[in-house]
Amino acid sequence: MINFVKKHYLIILPIVFIVLIAQMDKYDQLTTSGTFGAAIRLAIPICLAGLGGMFSERTGIVNIGLEGMMIMGTWFGAWAAWLYGPWYGILAGILGGALFGLIHAVGTVTFQVDHIVSGVAINILAAGVARFLNVVAYADQPTQSSTQSPRIDGDVGDFTLPYLSGGADTPSLFGYLQDLNYPFISDIAGLLLGATSNLSYISVFALVLIPVAAWVLWSTPFGLQMRSVGELPTGSESLGVNVYLMKYIGVMISGGFAGLAGAYLVLESSGIYREGQTAGRGFIGLASMIFGNYRPFGIFMGSGLFGYADALQLRSDDAVHGLLILISLILFIFAIKQLIEKKYINSSISIALSIGFLVWFLNSETVPSEFVYFTPHLTTLIVLSSASQKLRMPQKVGQPYRKGELN
Amino acid sequence: MKLSLKLTTLLAPVFAIIVAFGLSTIMLYLIGEDPIETFKIMYDYGKTGKSIVSILNRSVPLYISAVAVAVGFKMGLFNIGVESQYLMGALLSAALGAAVALPSFLHITLIIFVAVISSAFWAAIAGYLKVKKGVHEVISTIMLNYIGTGIIAYLLANIFFEKVELSTTAPQTDLLPETARIPSLNAFLGIEDLPNLHGFIIGAVFIGILYYWIVWKTSLGFDLRATGSSPMAAKFSGANPARLTILAMMISGAFAGFVGIAPLTGYFFKYTTDFPSGLGFAGITVALLGRNHPVGMALGAILLSFLERSAQILDLKDVPKEIEKIMQAVIVLTVVVAYEVVKRYVTNRQIKEASKVVAND
Repeated sequence: MINFVKKHYLIILPIVFIVLIAQMDKYDQLTTSGTFGAAIRLAIPICLAGLGGMFSERTGIVNIGLEGMMIMGTWFGAWAAWLYGPWYGILAGILGGALFGLIHAVGTVTFQVDHIVSGVAINILAAGVARFLNVVAYADQPTQSSTQSPRIDGDVGDFTLPYLSGGADTPSLFGYLQDLNYPFISDIAGLLLGATSNLSYISVFALVLIPVAAWVLWSTPFGLQMRSVGELPTGSESLGVNVYLMKYIGVMISGGFAGLAGAYLVLESSGIYREGQTAGRGFIGLASMIFGNYRPFGIFMGSGLFGYADALQLRSDDAVHGLLILISLILFIFAIKQLIEKKYINSSISIALSIGFLVWFLNSETVPSEFVYFTPHLTTLIVLSSASQKLRMPQKVGQPYRKGELN
Repeated sequence: MKLSLKLTTLLAPVFAIIVAFGLSTIMLYLIGEDPIETFKIMYDYGKTGKSIVSILNRSVPLYISAVAVAVGFKMGLFNIGVESQYLMGALLSAALGAAVALPSFLHITLIIFVAVISSAFWAAIAGYLKVKKGVHEVISTIMLNYIGTGIIAYLLANIFFEKVELSTTAPQTDLLPETARIPSLNAFLGIEDLPNLHGFIIGAVFIGILYYWIVWKTSLGFDLRATGSSPMAAKFSGANPARLTILAMMISGAFAGFVGIAPLTGYFFKYTTDFPSGLGFAGITVALLGRNHPVGMALGAILLSFLERSAQILDLKDVPKEIEKIMQAVIVLTVVVAYEVVKRYVTNRQIKEASKVVAND
């Protein structure tokens, strides 16, 4: 137990603090089922993008183009959903993303362009294509605009876990526990309730894909081939694996996931395609992949964290204000840790920052809305800079591979 | 032999432009427009005197932004954060520039200095995070773009702008005084009948030269390039990669600081919510197109500005002007592939020729 706490204190402490802060009335939004419900809906697209990144990087291709593929997902998803209905939107989003994955694969695998250069070019291309298509496709609509689609009905029905969360007119255990208002127990019940009630079938589909992705990559021969290509392509080739094909498939699956993430954003969050609505989520997905150490469940945890930050940002400015004291406390603990390690300069910087946040917390009622808006992005930076040290990335990720060459 | 190699390299952008025109021809055809007619309208509109001035004015910040990105590239760093870096510099220098009274030369120098310094320090965060925390600069600079946008919006609305009750004026800084404005070149060139050709175009030329000098002619530039192409070798030659990474990021950011100068001192004279944005991303396009070459990027910037400007006319002709965005994007994507193909071709030929020499001996 003590060892577990020692090892994971970076995860456990913030959770404990959040629950403590949430006991204050003003900040109770930090742990309600509403917040967690929003968090899981916001986490899903990030998680999907992260899974996409994983499929690509496991085959050795860095995919900075996730954002662009996600943009394609939003546009094609919205367009097909507007024409035929939400499930067609999902399908079109996946195909649109995969198409751009194919372009990325042609660039990086066949022509061996620098992966990041190709990815950035993909992002630029996707933004241009989406804008162009949007003008052309909705040209004769009364609400025609170059940056938005008409409103889309994305309703596919939803699902609530029976007995535990009260689905299908059964009693709700988590709801009962949440209403008791016991510290910790009610907060955790809130989390579980939010995560398991009123989930649309699209969300359920997306969540099911997480174990499926893990199974494909780690329990099938096909997955083994894909992973081997990212670790030691020459070795895999000598054993008869078609390295190029695997890389193509990996990057296209990656694009498909990113496209699905985009379609999800349109159908679940906004009900409309809007230019710039991905707002860097493809990159946050990439960050969650790094945080999750290139593994599906790690990615899920990481995206949950970013989704939570996003949900706070959307639901309640007060709750974000509560985070200030959290940051202050964490910095204080950092300072003590650094003091023990005899890093006096770092320690005093941490102390100063900690006091700064405390003063800010005490002297303000809310955080300015402009700051609230970038909570998820700041979280990404902070998390990456405190967690990206002990990674085990695929060995040959980002390196060009040419058939018949030793590398 | 050497010349023909250079010529082959030049083929890549030409090829990319042809592909872009080919693809947009197909697209225009698919949506039922006449491609030839469309290109002709664009060309005719793009070559008017008014358009040429506008194209040159547009290409100045675009070129500088490309230089900022290219500095990073040369060092093996991908600075996607030019966007927030130049906006941060522009806001702070606009606010300070409006608050002080100085003789003209000093005033402009001060504005440039503030923009460059603040952009450089904003960029340094990404360098620090890369060196000390191992955060890849692509992710950190993108996140810093969002964070920077938020901070800029906050500073603009709450610190640098007096909100008046019930007024609908968008947040903006005070106007720059006359002494802080860089004059146009029209009187000098005798083209008074055209719109203002902004004077900072000369500055852009100097920035191109400065970039060339720093990267290729100084020992710092040598270290930077060496670290970019082989960190290990650079380390053994005595360079300090950690220090150089932060420094490179700061130099890249410093160049980004120049991006906002032309719009600020040339035609906006203040920082508002519609201060030109997106130049940082467009700069990546130009840097890729011009292959980080000071002259190549200038041509690239002019080409993109030409496309942007000449597409403006299409709205009047009922052709979606967004076709230009596609052309831009296709050019970038094709050009990176084409450069790679050319590079491979050239290397293969060099190997062949070298082996011929060896065989003849």
